[in-house]
Amino acid sequence: MTTKAQAVLDWIDERFPLTSSIKGHLTEYYAPKNFNFWYFFGSLALLVLVIQIVTGIFLVMHYKPDAALNASGIPAAFASVEYIMRDVPGGWIIRYLHSTGASAFFVVVYLHMFRGLLYGSYRKPRELIWIFGTLIFLALMAEAFMGYLLPWGQMSFWGAQVIVNLFSAIPVIGPDLSIVIRGDFVVSDATLNRFFSFHVIAVPLILIGLVVAHIVALHEVGSNNPDGVEIKKKKGPDGHPLDGIPFHPYYTVKDIVGVVGFLIVFSFIVFFAPEGGGYFLEYNNFIPADPLKTPPHIAPVWYFTPFYSLLRAMVWPLFGLDAKFWGVVAMGAGVVILAFLPWLDRSPVKSIRYRGPIYKSMLTLFIIAFAILGFLGTKPPSYAFFGVIPGAPVAQLFSLYYFMFFITMPWWSKMDKCKPEPDRVTG
Amino acid sequence: MSVDQKMDGGRRQLLLATSAAGGVAAVAVAVPFVGSLTPSERAKAAGAPVEVDISKLQPGQMMTVEWRGKPVWIINRSKEMLDSLKKTDELVSDPKSDKPQQPEYAKNETRSIKPEILVAVGICTHLGCSPSDKFKTGAESGVSADWAGGFLCPCHGSTFDLAGRVYKNKPAPDNLEVPPHKYLADTKILIGDDGKA
Repeated sequence: MTTKAQAVLDWIDERFPLTSSIKGHLTEYYAPKNFNFWYFFGSLALLVLVIQIVTGIFLVMHYKPDAALNASGIPAAFASVEYIMRDVPGGWIIRYLHSTGASAFFVVVYLHMFRGLLYGSYRKPRELIWIFGTLIFLALMAEAFMGYLLPWGQMSFWGAQVIVNLFSAIPVIGPDLSIVIRGDFVVSDATLNRFFSFHVIAVPLILIGLVVAHIVALHEVGSNNPDGVEIKKKKGPDGHPLDGIPFHPYYTVKDIVGVVGFLIVFSFIVFFAPEGGGYFLEYNNFIPADPLKTPPHIAPVWYFTPFYSLLRAMVWPLFGLDAKFWGVVAMGAGVVILAFLPWLDRSPVKSIRYRGPIYKSMLTLFIIAFAILGFLGTKPPSYAFFGVIPGAPVAQLFSLYYFMFFITMPWWSKMDKCKPEPDRVTG
Repeated sequence: MSVDQKMDGGRRQLLLATSAAGGVAAVAVAVPFVGSLTPSERAKAAGAPVEVDISKLQPGQMMTVEWRGKPVWIINRSKEMLDSLKKTDELVSDPKSDKPQQPEYAKNETRSIKPEILVAVGICTHLGCSPSDKFKTGAESGVSADWAGGFLCPCHGSTFDLAGRVYKNKPAPDNLEVPPHKYLADTKILIGDDGKA
């Protein structure tokens, strides 16, 4: 570096920790050398967050959060989305990037969480990273849900109606709480405007704060790896982990490969299948919101459907409280229980590579259960597999398994016949 | 501050008092913000009663009107439809309408003022979807082979009979709400005002 540039850098470093931050988080952040395919999804989640923020900024320039009917009898919010799609130059691609980005966000985040389950990334000393991650997941769900109201289509309206009414199931405070959330006695213009505010300001701020906390905590303890062994235990004479390599340039370059691969798939969807077969943008949402008529089949967007199945599985009143309250409890617990994972897992090893047959079968079944709950959540309650096996009891069975996986984990994770962990990472 | 250093009691008290005063101010400031989330005066004022002419409503037909932003159904039940209510008596969870989901004058066998005319808020008591009418009976309805006619909520599968009474073991806890209403004339209903409240 020329002395002049160095002088500028020195000037900055005396006033702001620029060089030391770059070192601490990139050039001298030592990550395990054995990251595999599954380690792409953290950086991809960050990429999608950036895509959502940038496209969102541009969408807000043309979108109108207004439920009032325009001269043609169409709600202004719905009309402004169609205006973006048809009349704003480049509007269609910005909107499709944003709507596809929402689904991509959940694809990437689910794979990122699955990676954590595979390699025990939530185990000590990474409990806080995992808890921040669970909170990010919750914030993301809130963000996606409120964003989905904005086009003010039939699914927007009735989806919000159902989810806000979930809160009314809470004993005593529930009914008033749901009125405060809506700002009205029904989902209305007031609801649309506050969801817009939360979607573009409040939740993104929280989300970014949580992402920073997630990464700061990660860089404090260091990354886990597919072998689940701590690289910090074996350090070389220079004080760096023997199995660690600097994040930059090694993993920045590797992550660019992931970004290219991701963008190929992402662009394909944006250009050729932005509706995702009705799963990314539901067909009923191309009909303006009608408060008098629920579409004959309503289902949440795909990324909520596993939790929606948990909600629907509860049909019996218990302890004098309505079934609907227990449905809400099941849905909430389905997300919250994730946060307890670091303390539920009692296995002597972290990675699936050294776990025994019990964990492998339990996890496989868990993924199957999650997928089937997700699938059934997109179907009406009367759905039957091949027209003969009724879906509702199947959903109840897998909901039970979903919770049993976590609740019984302290026992079976301890019982499992694990292989010995290696001293250092392999391959 | 090391432990053995002596605490200045007077300053500590001032510190506590200042913090407490600051906390009170913070709560006071939160009041208008939380208040702004509750329904506005305009939203509260909305919801004037709606007058409906039912003279063209034939037996077996149903119409929907908007009241307070919600769909209100008016169904002219035929003789067969009314007879089906006896069949569903044992299938529904609150056959006698004991829960206060209707005004006193609609707490009867048909949940209505006039036996054949049902007025009900078409919002499922589970999570607020609007159920679809399934008036055809039996397998043809697509609900079940022994379906007696009624309503099916598309969201979570709750079913209601032709008096808006919820079937047992369904997610919806209560019967459909019967709004306050009265007859202005033989075929004219006022929804939202029964002159009693």
